[in-house]
Amino acid sequence: MDLDISQYINIFVEEAKEHLQSMNEVLLELEKNPSHLGHVNEIFRVAHTIKGMSGTMGFHNMANLTHEMENVLQAARNNDIQISEEIIDILFECFDALDTSVSHIIDYGVEDNNTNHSLINKLTKLLSKEKNNKETNNNVPKDLKIDNFVIEAVDKAKKEGLNVYRIDFGLNDSCMLKSARAFIIFNTLETFGEIIHSQPSVEDIEDEKFDLEFSVLLVSESQKSDVLKDLGQISEIDSINLTVLESSGNTNVINSEGSELATAPNLSLEDSSDKNEKSNQPHTGKIGKTVRVDIDRLDNLMNLVSELIIIKTRMDDLSEKSTGENMTEAIEYLERITTNLHDAVMKVRMVPIERVFNRFPRLVRDLSKELGKEIELQMSGEETEVDRTVIDEIGDPLIHLIRNSIDHGIELPSDRAKIGKPETGTVVLKSYPDGNNVVIEVEDDGKGIDHDKVKKKAIEKGILDEKESELLSIEDSINLLFAAGFSTSDKISDVSGRGVGLDVVKSKIESINGNIEVESIKDKGTKFIIRIPLTLAIIQALLIRLSDEIYAIPLSSITEIINITNDQIRDVQGQEIVLYRGKTLPIIRLKNILGVETIEENEDLVVVVVRKGDKQAGLIVDNLIGQQEIVIKGLGKYLGGIKYLSGATILGNGNISLILDINSLI
Amino acid sequence: MTSGIDNKYVIFKLNKEYYGIPIDKVISIEKMQNSTRIPNSPKHVKGVINLRGEVILLIDLRQKLNMELKEIDSSSRIIIVSNDDITAGLIVDSSSEVMEINKDNIDPPPTSSENDYLSYVFGIGKTEDRLVILLDLSKILEY
Repeated sequence: MDLDISQYINIFVEEAKEHLQSMNEVLLELEKNPSHLGHVNEIFRVAHTIKGMSGTMGFHNMANLTHEMENVLQAARNNDIQISEEIIDILFECFDALDTSVSHIIDYGVEDNNTNHSLINKLTKLLSKEKNNKETNNNVPKDLKIDNFVIEAVDKAKKEGLNVYRIDFGLNDSCMLKSARAFIIFNTLETFGEIIHSQPSVEDIEDEKFDLEFSVLLVSESQKSDVLKDLGQISEIDSINLTVLESSGNTNVINSEGSELATAPNLSLEDSSDKNEKSNQPHTGKIGKTVRVDIDRLDNLMNLVSELIIIKTRMDDLSEKSTGENMTEAIEYLERITTNLHDAVMKVRMVPIERVFNRFPRLVRDLSKELGKEIELQMSGEETEVDRTVIDEIGDPLIHLIRNSIDHGIELPSDRAKIGKPETGTVVLKSYPDGNNVVIEVEDDGKGIDHDKVKKKAIEKGILDEKESELLSIEDSINLLFAAGFSTSDKISDVSGRGVGLDVVKSKIESINGNIEVESIKDKGTKFIIRIPLTLAIIQALLIRLSDEIYAIPLSSITEIINITNDQIRDVQGQEIVLYRGKTLPIIRLKNILGVETIEENEDLVVVVVRKGDKQAGLIVDNLIGQQEIVIKGLGKYLGGIKYLSGATILGNGNISLILDINSLI
Repeated sequence: MTSGIDNKYVIFKLNKEYYGIPIDKVISIEKMQNSTRIPNSPKHVKGVINLRGEVILLIDLRQKLNMELKEIDSSSRIIIVSNDDITAGLIVDSSSEVMEINKDNIDPPPTSSENDYLSYVFGIGKTEDRLVILLDLSKILEY
């Protein structure tokens, strides 16, 4: 009978992704420190889990591959083979293959037909090399890792004349309730004596965190035949392997029962220093109580909160008209609750940017190998949290920028040495919150942007003529990089240089209301600064009036509000400016560019100073209405391309006010 | 009963003529309400309205079909339609009823290269007492 597994696919995919991610991280760690047994154990554990999961789901190709990985890792754990660069490369390939399988499952709900034959061959080859040196036997039970306490207990039991049995169980692979089966076994064993150790731990067995095998140490007065007889009555057990332990010393085992073993099972004392180290670096995810929630449900919750905020604003409006003090009080209370609720829902939607960052170490590793460059990736601020929807959008642009830095930015080691730079180039990926925004910086210490080359390219492509290029400021020439189809790379590589790059990056970032800037110094390096909003849904805004229309300006882009008089405005080559704090501030007459009819010119003007990065501009408005929390609503596909607007919001009175897009205004 | 919603149309009036839109594209019919002007938008975009918390685009159908414009009055209606992810309100002179028009009674639009208004029409429906011009929503909501 075929089980309907479709309902579990989502869970499988989510979990598989998580496990693969941690496998990736640990693989990278292992590459840096190949002798670290803890990492090998970790990868083994992950491979084992994935094997179990995919086996359950009937994804046999994945299960087979992880099984072979396990074999290799097991050999490494036993020090039968040494972790070499070759092995790590193969493990990375395995990781890629698994990753591809998971992607395929996401897309089609079924496993692809790739049996990973060549990879499995490679893996088995690794092992066969070792097999020549050592006769191994599949039936050899895994080493039991026990601590001092258990060893003492074994010794004590021996002194008291009790029997100590090591029993290895293998459950039938059709066993559905593994932990229940194990529980029956434990219960049976406990009628004979005391279980002093089990591997995996009892907790793991209860949680079904084991595959099909587990081992226990039993202290008992009974004869082994009695124990075996009772155990034999339990169904769904494929193999029982009982060994009588004489003492706890290493490999001092006699009387192996079951199969004829060439090598006796080892009972080794786990190195306690190694154990401490392990507990000091818990690198696989923090354990907290979590619930997986479909993002649609969160969106729904967010929408409800939005509506609540709209109605709250409406009540605010109404309360101004009524005089009751209780009303005002109640509304203030409502306001506090909605704000808290909003914060809470927002937090649920927030995920650390680590989710995006964590794929970059691998990317950098592969690229630097491929291009023969030595590159160190430094990351910081991975814990910075952003809205889930932003996370999904920001990955591709970042990959692009990092590729750019590695391919175009950082020089070959020999070239770097010539100009006195360290041979290893550095790419710094940094993220930090900044008010309502999150800033992500991608910085390299490479050769920087060559402005002359940019100008030359621009002239070649007919974007500029000679005269214009001479007047071009450094800033403007950098902006040219964001023009469509622009690439300064002389040769096209697989990595980047096709010119479908920075313009796409820019439009992607702008589509989530962010912006991007570049700082570059020749021979020192380039820095891309991306600024994205923390959330896409609810923001603080200033409402302003233009004649009878009301517009909203995001508070995060406002620096201050000033009053000027009309005669302070100077006209410099068609651009109106005012002197403000010793600097020139370009003036934008909102009414003109938004086509609002001007009835009369005021002498005194209210100017909202807004910024985009380090650029500023003053927007002339008729008057200010006030600050308000607004819910951003999209204008839809049809109006998506409209200039100067980033969305709309519903005011307290039910009317719609448009939100100005400061990025396109400056 | 063989009549599904396939051959039902929401009928409305525009410039004294009867027009029809397939009923499965129509979400609701609303009375006129305040709209917010969208700066720098095409002429036929009347603005946006707040429809139960959603921001809905409002299209002046007379303008879109290049007809003579008419003041909004008490019989003016907004027909909220949805097609391919775009939801919009169409301003019409008045809306009357839902009518069943069999496929056999729909003629292709007359071909004329001079009149680009005809590109918005996918057929002429014939009923006992009148002709109904059936509009192609995907063309009207094209941008």
